[in-house]
Amino acid sequence: MCIIEVEGLTKYYGKSRGIVDVSFGVEQGEIFGFIGPNGAGKSTTIRLLLSLIHPTSGRATVFGKDVTKDGPEIRKDIGYLPSEVYYYEGMKVIDLLKYSASFFQKDCTQRMQELSEYMELELNRRISDLSYGNKKKVGIVQGLLHSPSLLFLDEPTAGLDPLMQRKFFDLVRQENARGVTVFFSSHILGEVQRMCTRVGIIREGRIAEVSDIKTLQQNNYKKVRIVAEGLDPQAFDLPGVTNLSKENGTLSFFFKGNINQVVQQVSALQLSDITIEEPTLEEIFMHYYEQA
Amino acid sequence: MNRHIFRHEFLIRLRSVITWSLSLALLIILFYSFSPVFIDEAALMNQVLANFPPQMKAVFGLNNMDLATALGFFSFIFLFVQLCLAIQAGNYGFGLVSIEETELTADFLLTRPVSRTQILTSKLLAALASLALTNAVIWISTFIAIGLFQPGRDFEMRNLLLLLATILPFQLFFLSVGLIVSLLVRRVRSVTPYALGLGFGMYVLNSLNGIFDEVAIEWITPFKHFDAAAITTTGSYDTRLVALNLAVSLLALVLSYWRYNQRDVHAVS
Repeated sequence: MCIIEVEGLTKYYGKSRGIVDVSFGVEQGEIFGFIGPNGAGKSTTIRLLLSLIHPTSGRATVFGKDVTKDGPEIRKDIGYLPSEVYYYEGMKVIDLLKYSASFFQKDCTQRMQELSEYMELELNRRISDLSYGNKKKVGIVQGLLHSPSLLFLDEPTAGLDPLMQRKFFDLVRQENARGVTVFFSSHILGEVQRMCTRVGIIREGRIAEVSDIKTLQQNNYKKVRIVAEGLDPQAFDLPGVTNLSKENGTLSFFFKGNINQVVQQVSALQLSDITIEEPTLEEIFMHYYEQA
Repeated sequence: MNRHIFRHEFLIRLRSVITWSLSLALLIILFYSFSPVFIDEAALMNQVLANFPPQMKAVFGLNNMDLATALGFFSFIFLFVQLCLAIQAGNYGFGLVSIEETELTADFLLTRPVSRTQILTSKLLAALASLALTNAVIWISTFIAIGLFQPGRDFEMRNLLLLLATILPFQLFFLSVGLIVSLLVRRVRSVTPYALGLGFGMYVLNSLNGIFDEVAIEWITPFKHFDAAAITTTGSYDTRLVALNLAVSLLALVLSYWRYNQRDVHAVS
């Protein structure tokens, strides 16, 4: 079942573009990565799904409910961690968390304690006294304390130290193992690659690709590196070869197509080394962006 | 209504309410402590006033006031009370939703499982409760002031009650107009200048009364709708103006709900 379904969603801020004709679906229980550089429309998409802003056209449903009509109902079961966290400065951490919990018709006290302990959050400090990283921790606890079944993470790791990042990812994986669906927006491709099963790539407000990370990597080009004596770059100028370069007896290029063609060329050579790799998500991503 | 939002909103404004209320109580009691001097020297006072140019008197609303009575003198003070009330209520109105947006806590509040209508209702009721507190303090300090400084002097209790009863709709006007203006402009960066502008602007419009005779522009100001001097002397409201006042407040509230439900809440950029 699709937890999130987006169809032709478009948002203009006056004349400036937010997102244009965005469509995708997020399946129950998956960690869906949503990647794109700053300004591509990641936050706009999330804010539309949370009904913080209203679509210009198109529609979106979460849990099968329309985001413009059933916002309050949908938000009962959603956790949201924004990229920049802002809370009432005068409040104590514990009071803010209690205030947040008060909106949900369940007892969140135990989960709140667990999460705060796990994230090493001091509950009795004032929000205004917290560093950015600590505010982010408040955001994490606040987003998870009501045990939501869908999580929106909008560039969640900004401001967290590497140790906390790892703890946070472990936490997200635990939640996911319990069946929580995660919508993970980020421009850090390494973390998306580690966490997600599927990704959507957004470019200048439009979806460029939605695909399994594995198929994305497999159906994409391979990275080939050949080390041999007397290499002739001309021999590898085949259809499907890009970024061909030769440096100190090492020939490297990207290849997309029937790999046997490359192997045939290689077989004639006296190799000292060869690697054929799948590209990293980062390289695929750059590839999509260089097309533009 | 959501009682958690109500409680939160009420507490966040509590310090401001206490400051405003105590200042107003002080203003009323201190000012009214001069009343024995004024009233005893009424003949002299009215002579001095007679020498003032009428425009000058109009600016201070003295043209139809009788400072020689317990209520007449109070209505003079009440004008300043109204000015403070206008700024306070305007402040709460302009800040009701805009502060959350400038301080970016709106993201938190609007991602809770409550509708925007519920949020706005809770916020409005919390603001009204805060204003009611100030209102109550004014009632109490008025009776204290009159009891302390004019004991035993006869005055029309009915007229005084009529005057004090205007406080609530007066506050509601500035609260709701402040709110709708904050929802119509693109972004309210700082609330105080707006509140001061609205409060003083309306006050000045009212002062135009009498300088230019019969200018309809003064009709839009609540200082005119609830003219203290007129109410204490005639013992009645100008029904048309009161109706106009309530209609403006109501319209502002209805429009505010509509705008707030449509509003896009933007992220930091």
